[in-house]
Amino acid sequence: MGYKVRMAGQLAERIYQVWIEAPHVARHALAGQFLVIRIDERGERIPLTISAVEGDLVRVIFMAVGKTTYQLATLRPGDEIRDVVGPLGKPSEMARYGHCVIVGGGAGIACCPIIARAAKAAGNRVTGIIGARSSAFLILEDEMREVCDELYVATDDGSRGFHGFAADVLKKVVTEKRPDRVWVIGPAIMMKVTSEVTRPAGIRTIVSLNPIMVDGTGMCGSCRVVVDGKTRFACVDGPEFDAHLVDFDTLMMRQRMYLEEEKVALEQFSSHTCACGGRKSHG
Amino acid sequence: MAERPVAERVRDFSEVDTGLSPQEAIEEAQRCLQCKKPSCVKGCPVEVNIPAFLACVAGGDFLGAARIIKQDNLLPAICGRVCPQEVQCEGACLLGAKDSPVRIGDLERFVADYERALAPRPPTRAEPTGRRVAVVGSGPAGLTAAAELARLGHTVVLFESLHEPGGVLVYGIPGFRLPKDIVRAEIDQIREMGVQILTNHLAGTSVSLPELLAFDAVFLGTGAGLPFFLGIPGENLNGVYSANEFLTRVNLMHADRFPEFDTPVRHAARVVVVGGGNVAMDAARVARRLGARVTLVYRRREEDFPARKAEVARAREEGVEFVTCANPVRILGDQCVTGVECERMEMCGADESGRPEPVAIPGSQFTIDADMVIEAIGQGPNPLLIGRLPGLAYGRRGNVLVDGEGRTAIPKVFAAGDVATGAATVILAMGGAKKAARAIDRMLRDRVGE
Ligand SMILES: Cc1cc2nc3c(=O)[nH]c(=O)nc-3n(C[C@H](O)[C@H](O)[C@H](O)COP(=O)(O)OP(=O)(O)OC[C@H]3O[C@@H](n4cnc5c(N)ncnc54)[C@H](O)[C@@H]3O)c2cc1C
Ligand code: FES
Repeated sequence: MGYKVRMAGQLAERIYQVWIEAPHVARHALAGQFLVIRIDERGERIPLTISAVEGDLVRVIFMAVGKTTYQLATLRPGDEIRDVVGPLGKPSEMARYGHCVIVGGGAGIACCPIIARAAKAAGNRVTGIIGARSSAFLILEDEMREVCDELYVATDDGSRGFHGFAADVLKKVVTEKRPDRVWVIGPAIMMKVTSEVTRPAGIRTIVSLNPIMVDGTGMCGSCRVVVDGKTRFACVDGPEFDAHLVDFDTLMMRQRMYLEEEKVALEQFSSHTCACGGRKSHG
Repeated sequence: MAERPVAERVRDFSEVDTGLSPQEAIEEAQRCLQCKKPSCVKGCPVEVNIPAFLACVAGGDFLGAARIIKQDNLLPAICGRVCPQEVQCEGACLLGAKDSPVRIGDLERFVADYERALAPRPPTRAEPTGRRVAVVGSGPAGLTAAAELARLGHTVVLFESLHEPGGVLVYGIPGFRLPKDIVRAEIDQIREMGVQILTNHLAGTSVSLPELLAFDAVFLGTGAGLPFFLGIPGENLNGVYSANEFLTRVNLMHADRFPEFDTPVRHAARVVVVGGGNVAMDAARVARRLGARVTLVYRRREEDFPARKAEVARAREEGVEFVTCANPVRILGDQCVTGVECERMEMCGADESGRPEPVAIPGSQFTIDADMVIEAIGQGPNPLLIGRLPGLAYGRRGNVLVDGEGRTAIPKVFAAGDVATGAATVILAMGGAKKAARAIDRMLRDRVGE
């Protein structure tokens, strides 16, 4: 029982990828969807965006920030993940819009290539903009360069590409080329700030929201977000929404709900980590 | 039947009732009058032959009693614990008029537990028919349909989106009311009958619609898992939960044992639970076990509580405070919940169903301090799958419309349980599922003959 890890590795500072064999997910996944994993019997259920599909394998990319993601980063090919369910959420709305811009920030870049590919396949011209704190945190540059017609790279410290934020690059692209549709995917604060760039120009902009989830199928309401003044469940009504209608402050407030507990879990995990990679042999 | 003392039980999640002893069971069963026209059977949604099983118990033949029950009810250990007997079999018992009715539920539970302890054999299967049926959802409806169809010789694949089968029986109803090893034993038995249970499979996506409709028949037992919210200001503050989320975190994910288990749940000092049904009582009693002071707020009067009477009584014993005829209008706080503003209600006239209608009393607002709010005001069918099946007909509350045997508007698709009735009961889900399974069987056999 369980789902085999086939490839695993580090992509950048604290950012990892894991390829999981999950045919039921891989065979049905579309751009913009996510899956929920539970590593072992005592694990929590966490959502991760499906960032690539190859045959029966799905790739997830994540930043190690809490107990579960640190534990996930210890998995090696041949290890098993107890539960993988998906694909979940609505696929990215896709059509021949003309010129699409896909903006990724930090670990959010993980979601970009699959959307870029879908946009390309729908007959769009695709511009990619990827940004990170520094070159050490930058991921998937080659992959994005391959699928996009043009790619801009930005780092906050100027260690690679443009010295500044992805939002600055987007501003330039918006003024010069007036794209038809924009995706912005990254940490909530980055999405909030970056999507402001397209508001004055009235360019439809999509963000992918990442609230705390449990089931990922619409039965708990943990993932509620406020869009256009209405409460929606991100796991089934989203995760992609019109950026200009999203209440990012509520999202960020709700993301902080278990900060204390997350600290406790991580501390316990760190103090307990041994060569076997966690509690597996203690279970 | 013994109940564990309150002081002990509010500190753990072990079962509150400890069950009848064989001697108590025999004596209780001997009280049955063996009516010629037993009204208890009419009161039972699946018409278990109650007098016959009671006669076996009275004579000490517990396994014989189990066989009789299982002809009509495949999950007696569960039903004995969670059925609202007071409005079903026991409510119809003639002894109830003068004295107390025969404790049919406790006896059903006793018999089922006795049989389970002796490692029961699964019922035999009919000759394989070569027909394949997809069952979606593993709550009482899906489990019953799967078991019945497997028994009749069909190949059954059961899809469940959660990581553990059981539906509300595992994620909703807490262990102190329904121990999870009982649910697991019932599910193991269904597996032994040859049903293939695929967890982590969300029908509609992990299994596409064409893949689903490629089965010879499809049974929908997807339940009513979509939680309703009050729609009042402050509802998205941290600390406001749907009962589904709160109960799932604790029952399914074991948040009560965080950080041994990874899933957290807020540990609040003062909890307000909104609602008066079984779900509200369960949420309140779980919150008590996590150490909170708990106030349950309900719009109507106490006699209107839809919850089982026994659960209301236990919630009270365990220290849950009731504020009836009150309705929350606003949740207070900044980032986190600090209280709930309610208004008093007065019972007026009668609504369509003949129940008195609660109406707000102007200017009656008052506040209850709370750092957590759990809303248990009802659930509807999750539209995730049923909303995408072309040709399905829906009722007013989003439920799938079916005929008396579970047929939907799509020829080979059947449905039963909460998805068809709206949130109801375990026994109604099972009863409906059994009828649907029989109808599926007839349809498949007719086709074999063609
Ligand atoms: C907290 C609580 C307490 C209750 N207490 C009582 C009680 O004391 N007595 C009583 O009689 N009743 C009680 N009920 C009601 C009772 O549990 C339900 O009526 C009953 O479980 C309905 O059964 P079901 O099989 O229709 O649905 P459910 O038990 O809801 O099961 C549906 C299953 O389908 C799965 N599912 C949904 N969609 C999909 C999909 N697309 N693909 C795959 N799987 C899917 C869900 O994950 C779930 O596991 C209670 C309910 C709750 C929530
Ligand atoms: S995660 Fe439970 S409803 Fe969205």
